[in-house]
Order: sequence, then structure tokens, then C-alpha cells
Amino acid sequence: MMWKRIWTLFIARNKEFYRDRSVFLWNLIFPFFLIVALSLSISEDTQSLYKVGVITAANKPDFHEQYDSFKNIKYINFINFSSINEGMDKLKHHRVDFLIKPDTKEYWVSSPSPKGYILEKLLHSSESNLQNNFKKQTIAGIRIPYIEWLFPGILGLNMMFNCLFGVGYVVVRYRKNGVLKRISVTPARPFEFLTAQVLSRMLVMLVTTSIVYIGCSVLYKFEMRGSYLNLLLIFALGGFSMISLGLLIASRSSSEELADGIMNVITWPMMIFSEVWFSMEGANPIIIKISKIFPLTHLVDAARKIMNDGLGLYELRYNIILLLIMSVLFLIGGSLLFKWHKT
Amino acid sequence: MNMNPILEIKNIVKDYPKVRAVDGVSLSIKDGICFGLLGPNGAGKTTLIEIIEGILRSTSGEILYKGRHRKSNFRNEAGIQFQNTQLPEALTVKEVLQTFRNLYSHSLPLDELIEMCELQEILNRDNKKISGGQRQRLFLAIALANDPELIFLDEPTTGLDPQARRHLWDIVNHIKSNKKTIILTTHYMEEAELLCDEIAIMDLGKIIALGPPADLIKKSNSGHLVILRTEIDEQKLTDIPWAWNKNQDRIEIHTDNINECVATLIAKEIDLSTLTIRSQNLEDLFIRLTGKKLRE
Repeated sequence: MMWKRIWTLFIARNKEFYRDRSVFLWNLIFPFFLIVALSLSISEDTQSLYKVGVITAANKPDFHEQYDSFKNIKYINFINFSSINEGMDKLKHHRVDFLIKPDTKEYWVSSPSPKGYILEKLLHSSESNLQNNFKKQTIAGIRIPYIEWLFPGILGLNMMFNCLFGVGYVVVRYRKNGVLKRISVTPARPFEFLTAQVLSRMLVMLVTTSIVYIGCSVLYKFEMRGSYLNLLLIFALGGFSMISLGLLIASRSSSEELADGIMNVITWPMMIFSEVWFSMEGANPIIIKISKIFPLTHLVDAARKIMNDGLGLYELRYNIILLLIMSVLFLIGGSLLFKWHKT
Repeated sequence: MNMNPILEIKNIVKDYPKVRAVDGVSLSIKDGICFGLLGPNGAGKTTLIEIIEGILRSTSGEILYKGRHRKSNFRNEAGIQFQNTQLPEALTVKEVLQTFRNLYSHSLPLDELIEMCELQEILNRDNKKISGGQRQRLFLAIALANDPELIFLDEPTTGLDPQARRHLWDIVNHIKSNKKTIILTTHYMEEAELLCDEIAIMDLGKIIALGPPADLIKKSNSGHLVILRTEIDEQKLTDIPWAWNKNQDRIEIHTDNINECVATLIAKEIDLSTLTIRSQNLEDLFIRLTGKKLRE
């Protein structure tokens, strides 16, 4: 009878999800949209790290030959301005990092700007024309394009939102509008209800993530270096961990605003410090340690190890164990704190 | 009708910070009857009902179901119709019924449930897109999904038009005819008089009257109300031998001798063009006992 009740609640929740077309489509479209936007903004043709404003004098070449070596440095975007006032305004508002006037051999830099400082050094080093004592080497082995490094992070991020908000909001809404109260007077137990929610969201998350994965692979020709089965297991475990966290957050509240606030407090640090967008190498050691308590950190790290490096589950044991421990702790906490009704 | 109590409520107390919502209530509800619980808002009846249903815990007291403390069988044998809860979204009426039927080990056949609550026409409609009356019938069907022995109906006709209300009364009467025990809370005295075999009136957390509706009316100085809706000089009523009160724009005189009362009013040259006379009912009893109207 217990499994019949779990199955019934599982089916009801799935119908609710896929019949809400806007939510269903958003879960599919959002990661595609993010990947497309990022791939456009970070393609090597358009990617620039620094922006230099150039004051061009009328009837003169926009750049003196002696600065060619500076001009040819990659990842610097040179933007022409016709007047010094316009250029200064952009510099003051950090729209450009550096301003140069080649015909008078003058430049301006905002003193607190780290990028300005680097550009100043680059300008001087290109001027001095010194021979470089270092010999350039190329990276041996696999070259992982940034977009391939980023892709597991985007998938993880989408899973995080999908699981946390998908479960957390639903349980809080059910409690607020009395659906939980109605279920509570039937023989269904909290464990059965929660299991149905976990299974339903796992199914939704794995299906949408798979669709996004296949879509992006076809569009961007991502190279998968590891096992698809291992990746599925990691996604399932990571998703389970996030869903458990969602249930913990939603265990008592009947206020969507409060749940939203708590989930934002949890998702924002994960979004920033779980190495979704950039590596935490060289970051403050305390921040690095804090980032290890987030399930997203381990999910993204493990997914990258499979997708980018082709590693097996044994090499991922540290991530797997930590995700398992987190899942169990979140689930026990959520079950103990769970309330059917508004307090 | 089995005269053994299906439910015994013994000295139930429920305290909240700064307020005692239920103050030592004891009741015995016989098997197979329709029991009405009436009271103004804030009287404690919802708290008491939710304690009986097992949603809230009482501060003290005990509840016996079929002579024993409620166990897991209570959830299988009780059907509860809530007033203000929603249902899982995007499910059709039929899917809602199937969902709730499947949560019980024993349930009524779906067709029987649909027929009893007259849901045939809306079976494939989204449960959010049905009228108030249809919604109440669906809630009732959910409460009956497990073929319960004990049914709680929480203000089942609130907000319904008269036709939908009568429709629901017919269904409740049909349930009664199947020897089910019903515990009904309502704001409508007409509903309580029509459906209930016994009622309890609750105010300030206590039961202040208990018994069959007709007995209660009889015991509480039954008589008639002579009602005048015109502006009259109230000085003319100061020496009449019957109790009277002003209720909004009308004067109500409580009398057990209509002829004498009307003759007195004529003698005092009071305009009787708006005069109406009716028997005292449960609502009058209620107002007398609680000092409030039921919907206050």
C-alpha cells in the first residue's frame, strides 16, 4: 500500500509539472539560452579582457606605428573616441580601463583600477621592446575549450535551480494553500509524500538535463571524455542532494517569500563560489574551504572530471562521499523538521 | 440507528499563548447521526474539530473512536471535507478523485462516487475551472473516497447560491440514509435544523447548549416573534408585558400570546402595516445564548 501511495503522489506531481507549460518550457529553454548567450560573449573572436580608449586626431592615422606592438596584444579591445572629453568621461565611469592619445604620446589611467595598472605595464613593456628571456611553451595533452569547461557548471547551475526551487516552492505552496493539510488526513505518511516529491523532481531534473545536454552537444559539438553512465550517476546524486536541501528549506515554512529569501541566500553563494563561472584557484583559502560545503561545488567538480578529463567513479570518490553525506543529512533534517500544516 | 457513541470527547482543552481556544469540552456522538457544531467565529469550533480530526493536538483531554484511542484505522475510516484548501493543480476532477481514492486501502468505486456527488459533467475539467457548487461537491466526493464511517463536513455550503446549497443538502441526506455518522459545522441555522439530529452550540471555547434542535428550541422558552419594521415611538412599548429588543431597523417582541400582543399594539395605535409574525427558531436561540449572530 505504501508504494501505491508513493506512486499515486508521484504521478499527480508529474502531471502538475508537465501540464504547467510555462514552467516546463522554462526548465528546457533557460540553460539553452544561457549557453547561447555565453558562447557568443566568450568566443575567442570577441573575448577581450581590457578596453583601451584611443583619442584619434582628425586627418591623422588613428595609431602611431611605434605602438603597433601594444596594439597587437591579444584580448585588448581598442575603442576610438573623437574627443578627449568623451574618452575621459568613459574612463571616469570605468567604461574603459585605459585612455591613450597617440599623437601627443599621452595616456590616462584610473589610479585604483587594477586593469589600468596592467595596461600601463603592458604599454611600457611594448615600448621598451625588450627581449623576453622566457621561452614560450605550448600546453601538452588535451586542450579544453572554455565553453567545455563551463558547460558542466551551467548544467549544475540549472539543476540547482530546478531542484531547489522546484521542490522547495512546491512544498511551501502546498502547505500554504492547504494541499498538504488535505493529504495529511489520509493514510499517506510524510515519508511517502516526500519520497514521491523527490522521485518526481529527480525524473524531471534528469530528463530536462539530458535534453539540454543532447541539444547543446549537437549545437556546440562538445567532446565527452568520460562515461555517460557515470555522468548520469553523478547528476542523479547531485540532484538528489539539491532536492534534499530544497526539502530541508521547505520543511516548515508556509511563506513563499521566506522560502524565496532562504533559497536566494543559499543559491547565490553557490552560484559564485562553486566554480560554475571561474576557477577558485588562488582565491582566499577561507572562501575555498567554505565553497566545499556546497553540493553544487562537488556536483560541478565531479561532472567536469568526467566530461573534461574522462575520469572514473573511483577518482570521484571524494565528491561522491561528500554528496552522499550531504544528501543524508539534508533529508534527515528535512524529515525531522517537516510539518504538514501551517503553524 | 446504533446508539453506541462512535466518538467520545472527554474534557478537551486547547491552549494557545494568551488564549484558551477550547475549554474543557466533553461530547458524545452517537453512531449514524448527523451532529452539528455551531458557534460564532472565534468560538473554538474549528480548533475542536481539528483536534478530533487529528490535525491539532489538544493540551489535555482524550478522544475515543469506537471506544478506543484513535489509531491508524481512524485515517482510513474518517472522511474530512475542508472548507478552504486547494487541490493539486492541473489535475482534472477525475484525476483528483483517483488520486485521493488511491491513498486509501479501501475506497468507494469511482463510478459510485461520481454518481453520488453528481460530478458526471465535469469529470474531465481542470479542478480549478469549476463553479463553487461543483467544487464543494468535489470536496465532498474526496471526503467520501474511502467510504468513511465518520464524515466531517466543514461549512459545506458556505458561499453557495440557494440552489447549489439545496443540491448539497440532498447529497448529505443521501449519505445520512446510508447510516454514516456526520459531524457538520455550519453558519446556517436552516441547514443545521434540516440536517442535524443533534447540535452543540459553542461559544468562548465551551459548549453552551447541546441536544436535538427541536428540543433546544422547546426548552429555551419557545414562542413567537412579532416583528415591526416601521419607525415607532419606543416610549409606547415601555409598559408592554413582553420582552422586546431593537435589532437594526426593526423591533422584535418575544411573545407566547400573539392575539393579546397584537391587540395591545393596536390599542397603542402602533402602525402594524409592516408586521410579521414567526415562530422562534434555532437562530433566535443562538442569538439569545451567545449574544451574537452566527456569522459574526
